[in-house]
Amino acid sequence: MTELARTRPESFFADRFNVTRSLLERILGSNLLGLADDADIYLEYRVNEELQLEEGMVKKASRHVSQGAGVRALSGTRTGYAHTDEISLQNLEEAARQARAIADRASTSGVVAVPSRGRPHDLYTLTEPPFATDLAKKLDLLRKVDGAARAADPRVTQVIVSLTSEEVVTLIATASGWTVGDVRPLTRLNVSAIAEERGKREIGAHGGGGRVAFDFFLEDERWRRFAREAARQAVLKLRAVDAPAGTMTVVLGPGWPGILLHEAVGHGLEGDFNRKGTSAFAGRMGQKVASELVTVMDDGTLPNRRGSLNVDDEGTPTGRTVLIEKGILVGYMQDRLNARLMGMAATGNGRRESYAYPPMPRMTNTFMPAGEDDPEDIIKSVKRGLYAVSFGGGQVDITSGKFVFSASEAYLVEDGRVTSPVKGATLIGNGPEALTRVVRVGRDLKLDEGVGTCGKEGQSVPVGVGLPTIRIDDLTVGGTAV
Amino acid sequence: MKQELLVSVLTRAVAKGATAADGYLIEESAFSAVVRLGDLETVTHARDARLSLRVFAGRASAAASTSDLSRESLERVVDEATSLAKVTAEDPHAGLPDAQDLIRGVPDLDLADTSPDETPEAKIEVARRCEAAALESDPCITNSEGAEYYDRRARYVYATSHGFARGYATTTFGISVSPVAARNGEMQRDSWYSTARKRARVEDPVAVGRTAAARAVRRLGARKVKTGEVPVVFDPETAASLLRSIAGAASGPSLYRRASFLLDRLGTKVAAPAVTIVDDALIAAGLGSRPFDGEGLPTARTVLVREGVLASYLLDTYSARKLGMASTHHAARDGSGVSVSTSNLMLLPGRATPAELIGSVRHGLYVTELIGFGVNSVTGDYSRGAVGLWIENGELAYPVEEITVAGNLLEMLQAVDGVGADLVLRERTAAPTLMIGRMVVAGN
Repeated sequence: MTELARTRPESFFADRFNVTRSLLERILGSNLLGLADDADIYLEYRVNEELQLEEGMVKKASRHVSQGAGVRALSGTRTGYAHTDEISLQNLEEAARQARAIADRASTSGVVAVPSRGRPHDLYTLTEPPFATDLAKKLDLLRKVDGAARAADPRVTQVIVSLTSEEVVTLIATASGWTVGDVRPLTRLNVSAIAEERGKREIGAHGGGGRVAFDFFLEDERWRRFAREAARQAVLKLRAVDAPAGTMTVVLGPGWPGILLHEAVGHGLEGDFNRKGTSAFAGRMGQKVASELVTVMDDGTLPNRRGSLNVDDEGTPTGRTVLIEKGILVGYMQDRLNARLMGMAATGNGRRESYAYPPMPRMTNTFMPAGEDDPEDIIKSVKRGLYAVSFGGGQVDITSGKFVFSASEAYLVEDGRVTSPVKGATLIGNGPEALTRVVRVGRDLKLDEGVGTCGKEGQSVPVGVGLPTIRIDDLTVGGTAV
Repeated sequence: MKQELLVSVLTRAVAKGATAADGYLIEESAFSAVVRLGDLETVTHARDARLSLRVFAGRASAAASTSDLSRESLERVVDEATSLAKVTAEDPHAGLPDAQDLIRGVPDLDLADTSPDETPEAKIEVARRCEAAALESDPCITNSEGAEYYDRRARYVYATSHGFARGYATTTFGISVSPVAARNGEMQRDSWYSTARKRARVEDPVAVGRTAAARAVRRLGARKVKTGEVPVVFDPETAASLLRSIAGAASGPSLYRRASFLLDRLGTKVAAPAVTIVDDALIAAGLGSRPFDGEGLPTARTVLVREGVLASYLLDTYSARKLGMASTHHAARDGSGVSVSTSNLMLLPGRATPAELIGSVRHGLYVTELIGFGVNSVTGDYSRGAVGLWIENGELAYPVEEITVAGNLLEMLQAVDGVGADLVLRERTAAPTLMIGRMVVAGN
């Protein structure tokens, strides 16, 4: 199994399951799928390893294999999808029959899918993929992280460290005759620390990773920084005061607070919601939806990032899609289905959690390029407000445009100075409005450390975000201090 | 047949040097159809199987799972898990439950529908009728995210290397719909659903469609309100989400990690006397029912909070041994091993009607939807985005949005000021309308 990364997806599926390229072409070209406007077959083989340390012991170790095939037939706005976890000719044919049944119920639109163009990228070929790295090295790292988090502060009483390593081999064959494979490594190291003092307990967390080798965690002792960050955050929160409640100026720190973009505008600019007219951004192409300081893009081509892909899960090479340019809405993220129905180009954003789901438009790495302000000046410019540097999750109601994201590390800003840390609080705003009130953009763009997972309609995919320090006026902060 | 496969996997694990092993096998098939604006949009057929295995090498353990049930793959999974178990730490509390505690006769909880399957066309028609009812019930309903019909058949088998093997089957049927209401350039989406173990118990698709439409329409004209401290009434759906947070804090792994706001509170008053929370795994045809837990232990009805007093934690074998207690038979299985989960978790009903609870509030908030993840299970600090209706002089006055509700779960439980009589087991976690005396609502 350790040779996966050096395997070509095409020969991998041919050797292991006797599913050859010509067999896939035969199923796609046969009258099983022939009536559809578009069709594809997605093969997947996934191996996953999870290691977890708690109470100073590696107590959990597990390995998982999942494999399967999804066959899709598209006809007009209709999608027929069938999947099976047994990759064989018989099952593929049965799945094709089930997927195709939907086309029999539709009049086909007569629009033919445009074949994918361009070459797949080569963003994460690794000499040693993280899944293949020696277990002893990984266990040693977990113990070192545990030690570093405990050594960081005597108030740290519990440390949980987890390391996951994954490898996914995919092969995608489309009706337009394009067959493309990808081998996707992914790893993530996560540290949670619980600190206690005088009966009070708090939790801090930090982590990171990407489509990188295990050595990523060793570079510049990155693991030690993760451990210290988790401990620092837990201890800091022990003295946090109640967060303020009400509408105020908010300064977001660089990096992971870019989750703002993901929730406030990202989901609303996915093609499906705009084709259906159910997004708060529907019909607003070319209009001003943010301040002129704001540009937002989605880029699946950043080497080794968690959200990056050589090709998306429909075989379309990923790209850089500008969504908002100097405040003007200029682009949507598209999969093949929605691109076809909207007469636009697929942008390489067709993604799925696994073979068990049909693809849909999803984000990859979503960020705001740097502006010109000095981050310190941005904080100095605020008389009274909140400075938030780390977040838990976020969520958005696409149709009303209302979004939330929850600060896990934040401070009061008083007379231009960062003062007391505050307890976690949810921030809420309206997507089409919030970015119009961005009044300062720092020059310190940072991408997140590689921890994001996005959920949509029950499907989870790894994503990235990035942000420079920014100031937003009038965002509602959901604390308890009235 | 697949039961024998699982048993042979466990036998191999022991042959490879495991001192004990247990495993879970899930086989399922599923169908789903989405109709949008009257036209069929997506049909999905699925067939899956997954085997999860846990092996022990003395007091050390490891887990593995696979969806590839070929002999070659299963053998590799067993070998990997057995060798992984040799590198994990010796843990004095690790191990299978005692063999004499395993379930003997599996009670029939009536979890599977035995009526003949419907045709795909008939199922699609259910989704179509549901969406049509939503679209037709109000002129403000102008768009839709679609209606879905789904069904799922599953079979679970649990086995141990002691020679224990038992299984049971379940079915699930459901419909859901998400209409969009629009007026004066404002758009609001809401949804409604019905789900049941038996096809015949799924609510009338027309009624579900109409409820969804009414929920979307009542959100039109939503505004922000002024920041302040007011009484908050949670509708049954949002009240149920509070139960999930409480159950998470009462679960064994959160407790032995000292990551719970309920730590060291067993037997103490954690809520107002009106609060009784029960987890009952044995409700006939219940959505969360299960005859035995993920470690083969017989399930029961557990009182979690009795009249405000924390009466039990939710424990599996490992967390129970860590805490020096007995398992409450709440083990759940996933590929990574054993965790803790609830079955049918309920806040028992009180006497007040929802109208009486709302009627007792002069100025306050009625919450119908919560978004975001602002719950800290270590401290109980709570802050989430909310949608709902503003209460003025005991009446629902106008819709509100872009606000948050915040407090601390322990303080919120103590401040429960009224429990509704309207408990309906719509999902595996359910609550009646719940009123909390004071919370901070942040808006303008």
